[in-house]
Amino acid sequence: MSTTPRTSPEVCGMGHSMKRKEDPRFIRGQGNYVDDVSLPGMVHMDIVRSPYAHARIKKIDTAAALKVPGVAAVITGETLAQYKLHWMPTLMSDTQMVLPTEKVMYQAQEVAAVIATDRYAAADGVAAVEVEYEPLPVVVDPWKAIEPGAPVLRTDKPDKKDNRIFHWEAGDRAATDKAIREAAAVVKERIYIPRIHVASIETCGCVASFDKAQGKLTVWMTTQAPHAIRTVFALVAGHVGLSEEKIRIISPDIGGGFGGKVPVYPGYVIAVAASVVTGLPVKWIEDRMENLQADSFARDYHIDAELAADKDGRITALRIKTLADHGYADAAANPSKFPAGLFSICTGSYDLKHAFAEVDGVYTNKPPGGIAYRCSFRVTEAVHAIERMTDVLAQKLKTDPAEFRFRNFIPPEKFPYKSALGWEYDSGNYAGALKKAMDIIGYAELRKEQAEKRKRGELMGIGISSFTEIVGAGPSKQFDILGIKMFDSCELRVHPTGKAIARFGTKSQGQGHETTYAQIVAEELGIPAAHVQVEEGDTDTAPYGLGTYASRSTPTAGAAGAMAARKVRDKARKIAAHLLEVREEDLVWEPGKFSVKGAPQKSKTIQEIAFAAYTNHPQGMEAGLEATHYYDPPNLTFPFGSYVCVVDLDRGTGEVKIRRFVSVDDCGNIINPMIVQGQVHGGLTMGMAPALLEEISYDENGNVQGGSFMDYLLPTAVETPKWETAHTVTPSPHHPFGAKGVGESATVGAPPAIVNAVVDALSHLGVTHIDIPMTPEKVWRILKEKGVAE
Amino acid sequence: MAKHAIKLTVNGAPREASVESRLLLVHLLREGFRLTGTHIGCDTTHCGACTVLLDGVPVKSCTVLAVQADGREVRTVEGLEKDGKLDPIQEGFMQEHGLQCGYCTPGMMMTGRALLDRSPAPSEDEIRHAISGNLCRCTGYVNIVKAVQHAAGKREGA
Repeated sequence: MSTTPRTSPEVCGMGHSMKRKEDPRFIRGQGNYVDDVSLPGMVHMDIVRSPYAHARIKKIDTAAALKVPGVAAVITGETLAQYKLHWMPTLMSDTQMVLPTEKVMYQAQEVAAVIATDRYAAADGVAAVEVEYEPLPVVVDPWKAIEPGAPVLRTDKPDKKDNRIFHWEAGDRAATDKAIREAAAVVKERIYIPRIHVASIETCGCVASFDKAQGKLTVWMTTQAPHAIRTVFALVAGHVGLSEEKIRIISPDIGGGFGGKVPVYPGYVIAVAASVVTGLPVKWIEDRMENLQADSFARDYHIDAELAADKDGRITALRIKTLADHGYADAAANPSKFPAGLFSICTGSYDLKHAFAEVDGVYTNKPPGGIAYRCSFRVTEAVHAIERMTDVLAQKLKTDPAEFRFRNFIPPEKFPYKSALGWEYDSGNYAGALKKAMDIIGYAELRKEQAEKRKRGELMGIGISSFTEIVGAGPSKQFDILGIKMFDSCELRVHPTGKAIARFGTKSQGQGHETTYAQIVAEELGIPAAHVQVEEGDTDTAPYGLGTYASRSTPTAGAAGAMAARKVRDKARKIAAHLLEVREEDLVWEPGKFSVKGAPQKSKTIQEIAFAAYTNHPQGMEAGLEATHYYDPPNLTFPFGSYVCVVDLDRGTGEVKIRRFVSVDDCGNIINPMIVQGQVHGGLTMGMAPALLEEISYDENGNVQGGSFMDYLLPTAVETPKWETAHTVTPSPHHPFGAKGVGESATVGAPPAIVNAVVDALSHLGVTHIDIPMTPEKVWRILKEKGVAE
Repeated sequence: MAKHAIKLTVNGAPREASVESRLLLVHLLREGFRLTGTHIGCDTTHCGACTVLLDGVPVKSCTVLAVQADGREVRTVEGLEKDGKLDPIQEGFMQEHGLQCGYCTPGMMMTGRALLDRSPAPSEDEIRHAISGNLCRCTGYVNIVKAVQHAAGKREGA
């Protein structure tokens, strides 16, 4: 099922699989990524990093480094302290160091920066900086961090007596406790969702260029949110004279973001400071190890979950208590009022009355975070918890997990649905999606096959995940980042010859906005998408917006594009009435032209109208044909889907082999089916990755394990299965064109489907839960313990 | 540091450079010759974003010294299009939506080109193994496989 196009292939509005407008430059190697930017006189920056997870800095000796040929300067915390720039605020109103003056808080933390004529000289300089450390006790385990007597890590905060950051809760605790006490069946699991890293193939970096004569700072940087970054820079460095009208952030082509390019990292700030101080353009590009070891992580949630059902097998209550390891600073990228993001979507796709969820954030000696990993704020954690617990409860009730879901889904007629934790789900048809996925994969046959294989001792499992997402942040009543409301924007200008330029407040990192946004304008105005130039990422030209993450671009900026186009159409109607000498209400619109009711031969195309807007507009009307819209969504959107996964376990090695994986996604109306399918393919792969391969862990001394691609394992084409994708379409009732956002659904929905499949393969042996990543070693140990390893 | 005069052919054109012993080929290409289509994604030869063809064989140019390219022939993404005509591998990536952010794409296409040069009609398994040294974070590889198959169906000169 897909959205049926209303426009011709020449116009290429919604529903057409238009080839991407981005591709001609990328396939020729003519993209312009940050590291491709080269300016006259540009110098390079490299960073000295801490080998210790927690240590006092006794001395930084830069003398030898300054003698290295090509080295121009070494910047330390003391240098920045002169300008009060050695600390900076995080998006969550915490603070983090730019460069330390007293102590380091995690391994690989920035300690000093070397500025040199080229990247090799800068690296030589880094090797020559001598730092004397005094190691301090390391707190790695978040459970130990909250024990009485644990070393207090944030000694920079005079009033801080423990390592707790925040306590967040939602729902009715008393009613939930009572419902769980009175339930006929209750299951409980501890679920750890480990620390992972987005590892976009392009690392982070910037080129900062301060023009002393004009007092203007231009920064090309790997950011998903250029406008917000401009404001943050103005707020953080206003006291040293950086003023917002003199700051230009350019986010050029971005080599993958996935949430990792939302935060402000110390390297950006140091590069800016270095450019302001030296007057030279400064380039800083992370290497991969810096990227994995120091940039923001995702997840790291320790979840205790309980799910209860009545005697009829209907879910009655959910209770969740979570410990969130944020590293040494809460540098998450959540909306300000949501310290645990949108974790309260954890009641999922089920009609249950009572729920209570709480999250405690704690400090440890690890890099600060946490951000998303291709998911809306903490939605993956929430979905993992509910989709796992649903299976655990079905297992206890000896009910097929599909049947159990059908019994408990929120039925279509209950939408809009008010969840127990307060969200108003806009639309959904959960049973429809699951039924479609089961039909495609042949669920009943697979269950028969599994029963036969089990008799022969073969381990095969079938796993389901029926997730509900919550994206498109968000309505200004609730959603802001540092006070800035989470609207997004479009400025649309139609030129005299009927071609258009549309600029947006978001920033694509591979999602294909240049194509899909053009299709939205084409749909609304009938101007061919090929004639609509889309631009984003330059704060001097694009309208203000909050950026691209949390699947918000289509729900917010895409909506703004449609609304701006409708404003243009309203003006075009007036011009058409003038040209055709009829009243406005006598005109009918079809994509691309107005015609006179009852006299369709009398018409004006949008191109003719555009020309008239500049050459023959009605007296008293402003010339031109353009509009700007800042879209404040009335609600979030709630994409959903059902995934079914079949696995075979190798009893000799413990390897999990995904035999088939069927996804049925519902993201409402579809702009470009080709791009949506591509988003799902990528999302599924980034769902499989943490389920089977990826984890960043730490030893007891805080040494990072998984700090390079040697041991942080991204899936290759060999491990990645051949995804089978399908759709249902349940349009969002409140979005201007019924879309919901799709970039992250699959990352959110896939992991529990895979875990549920592996647990299903072992359920007859009493296994109820396995933490991700389900590595061959971990699975093999379970096989061994259960006596089924070969 | 000692400098070496090297001569090499890049995308069919003779080039000369004076390079430090330690200079990586990828930096010579990107910064010396301003051929920025070849990207850098890791430090450990895992990601393949920097893949170029050295005498027709795919190599990760972050793990080849510039001096090792002396007297040899290098082909980069910028050398795929000839006389205004896209290479079939480029067509394949565009037609099959084999790219999203575009960062791994040049390396992926060079590996794909080399595969098709030695095996004009590869099986899906062969394609997947050939590109297993090139990481893509966006596409899930499904459409990359199709892109290479598309190019195989439209071989050069065919």
